[in-house]
Amino acid sequence: MSVSAIVFWIIAAVILGSAISVVTAHNLVHAAFFMVLTFFGVSGLYVLLEADFLAVVQILIYVGAVAVLIVFGVMLTQRKEMAQTNAFSRHKWVAAFLVILLQILFGYAVTHTPWLVVDEAAPDTTVGLLGEMMLTELVIPFEAVGILLLVAVVGAIILTKGARRIL
Amino acid sequence: MTITLNHYLLLAGMLFCIGLYGALAKQNAISILMGIELMLNACVINLVAFNRFMAPNHLVGHAFGLFVIALAAAEVAVGLALVLTVYRDLLSVNIQDFDWLKW
Repeated sequence: MSVSAIVFWIIAAVILGSAISVVTAHNLVHAAFFMVLTFFGVSGLYVLLEADFLAVVQILIYVGAVAVLIVFGVMLTQRKEMAQTNAFSRHKWVAAFLVILLQILFGYAVTHTPWLVVDEAAPDTTVGLLGEMMLTELVIPFEAVGILLLVAVVGAIILTKGARRIL
Repeated sequence: MTITLNHYLLLAGMLFCIGLYGALAKQNAISILMGIELMLNACVINLVAFNRFMAPNHLVGHAFGLFVIALAAAEVAVGLALVLTVYRDLLSVNIQDFDWLKW
């Protein structure tokens, strides 16, 4: 077994183990910290797939922003004791059944599709190529994402502050 | 044994299913947001794996991965703003209590 294969299995174990802990932890803050561990694992997977820029962006945005935002959300909404804040609803068993069915379907679809895999080496660094692509071929989606982020920021401010108090 | 595209796709599929289970079976609105984040992560793993194994020199999968990450950040900001607004009125984040549109 090669080194990259061993690293892949370790990262896969970390991702799946911490993702299961996100769902099963009793304390919501512990679940948020397990989610950070999952994000680090996914970032390691990007390094393994030779996507260096995406690996850095994953840590910067998910660990640096999304996880902190969620911990703040927990802090601003929970009042009583934290021990049972991550409880299951009464749809637990139906959801488990549906998810296992979906997983079987995924497994079947992935293993029975003939993927057109090519055997080429990836570029050494992706930053320059990505930057060029964002400003030529993908300039319209890039601007659309910019507008979407602006709308999301304005929406978040109006929702939390109330439109009447701003206008 | 070498790691092929199928390994990455199956790992992403499992992560997606765990996230979906978190989004479907939880009571707390913030847990549901965390489940959705896990699902979006699984989608980006798929995009990057397809890019690496099927067209390694044309980075369109990476670019769309970046767009999905931006979408996830926007989604969590608006989602938490909604949860905080509802919490202010209902003093609860349990989705069973969110029944303003039911009658």
